[in-house]
Amino acid sequence: MTVITDALCPFCGCLCDDISVVVEDNKIVDVKNACKIGASKIRGHHRIKSPMIRDDKNSDFKEVSYDEAIDKAAQILAGSKRALLYGWASALCEAHKKGILLAEELGAVIDNTATVCHAPSALAIHEKGVPTATLGQIKNRADVVIFWGCNPVHSHPRHMGRYSVFPRGFFSGKGRRGRKIIVVDVRKTNTAGIADEYVEIQQGSDYLIISALRAILSGHEDVVPESVGGVARKDLLRIAAILKEAKFGTLFFGMGLTQSKSRYKNIDNAISLVTELNSFNKFIMMPMRGHYNVTGFGQVCTWETGFATAVDFSSGAPYYNPGETAANDLLYRKEVDAAMIIAGDAGAHFPANSVRELAKIPVVQVDPYWNPTTEVANVVIPSAISGVELEGTAYRMDGVSLRMRKMIEPEHLADEEILDRLIARVREIRGE
Amino acid sequence: MALKITLITGRTINQGVSIENKTGQDYLKATACCELNSKNIGILGREPGSNVRVKTDYGEVVVTLKENEGNPDSIGFIPMGPWANAVVDPDTRGCGMPGFKGIPADVEVTDDKVLLMKELIAGYK
Repeated sequence: MTVITDALCPFCGCLCDDISVVVEDNKIVDVKNACKIGASKIRGHHRIKSPMIRDDKNSDFKEVSYDEAIDKAAQILAGSKRALLYGWASALCEAHKKGILLAEELGAVIDNTATVCHAPSALAIHEKGVPTATLGQIKNRADVVIFWGCNPVHSHPRHMGRYSVFPRGFFSGKGRRGRKIIVVDVRKTNTAGIADEYVEIQQGSDYLIISALRAILSGHEDVVPESVGGVARKDLLRIAAILKEAKFGTLFFGMGLTQSKSRYKNIDNAISLVTELNSFNKFIMMPMRGHYNVTGFGQVCTWETGFATAVDFSSGAPYYNPGETAANDLLYRKEVDAAMIIAGDAGAHFPANSVRELAKIPVVQVDPYWNPTTEVANVVIPSAISGVELEGTAYRMDGVSLRMRKMIEPEHLADEEILDRLIARVREIRGE
Repeated sequence: MALKITLITGRTINQGVSIENKTGQDYLKATACCELNSKNIGILGREPGSNVRVKTDYGEVVVTLKENEGNPDSIGFIPMGPWANAVVDPDTRGCGMPGFKGIPADVEVTDDKVLLMKELIAGYK
């Protein structure tokens, strides 16, 4: 029996780094300190046992060797004119680098799961920049914390305990009692249940409410109507006063902003609000990143290409224009003639319209698990679980890079090795 | 009779727990459901646990009714996953992000069954 301490959890953007696992005969038999979701991922589920291929998506798969599956995948990708390489959030940064190289080699488009998550935040940040901090700074300093359009009780269960609500820090010795918690949402979530102030807004009115708060803070409360987006003016005045009086304020935001009407313009407006609050105090903001290394893909892609995601290599140079080069736009316009879905599940998390399009084109899947993408795949290459069976680099939601630890030995190939072999085979097929 | 709602989709803890086990019953139970408050469920005249059909301009799907008193009147919530995505707006409005929240939808009672994950995706082939 081996006990591994201070391991990192490979589920969400919190990257909790205090996990203990007990290993017996290369199996994880106990997980300590992780939340319900993290423990479930670390303990493991049914795996895809063997590489598989099929020509007809309505027929059964045939089990094949890794060599045969990688060759078939390379034939599909090398023969494509406009391939989409999508996923990446559950892979390590070392694999991201290889994926970007493959995209460049193919003249493909590479996009990651942020496209249905926080890509609108990246777009807004490109326009305006963002005042932000590390989770450690927040733990040690924050006295006012807003959760806007996010529900960490469900999506990031240890976030509030480790970083944002309950912990006692260097300048926040009172812990929860020293922090004012504000939740803004369209429904009373479990996170709203622990808030000091719950602001229920009409769905899709985030931009209006942010604008009203900005008007109040800039001394123009006279232009704010009696009710904005379902929130009474007197309540907006009270919230604005709390924000203004904060010593170190933090705005955490989620899909309630990025997926609602106005999309990236909600974030753009929120950046302006937080920037303006800095004329009164210290105020920062941070997206609640979902997958444990979705932030890492943005980092690697930015240093490799200059852009965080949705990068099109078809002209030979990286080009980025979400709305044109993002995965769902390409599928909506039926532009893609082959796809590789790796460390992400487009079959489950894309609109039906996009999944219908994936069902029509050759699809390569690289993933540890059987999921809806498998159902529309022609080639399935099972991979090791990064952060459980592989060590490597991941980025926490605040952009801090951490080293994931290996807990058990893998029985499947690593994403990085699969990509290395794909790149080599694609080059052979193309005669390079 | 159809209940008109604004549909939002998003994360839940049980959706997260079973996210790597999407062929299992736990994932089906966690994600193939529509949460409404008891008043809205009362309007439909069914009990939580019975099936409803959710229809939008982009598709329709059968899911199980679930009670959530945190939802205001006429706000429906389906956890993110294949059943929610059967009815969301695929148009990104030119910025890359489909419409996963704020979709006008009709909810009506049905005796049709909830499709399993494989059955649902098979309908797209």
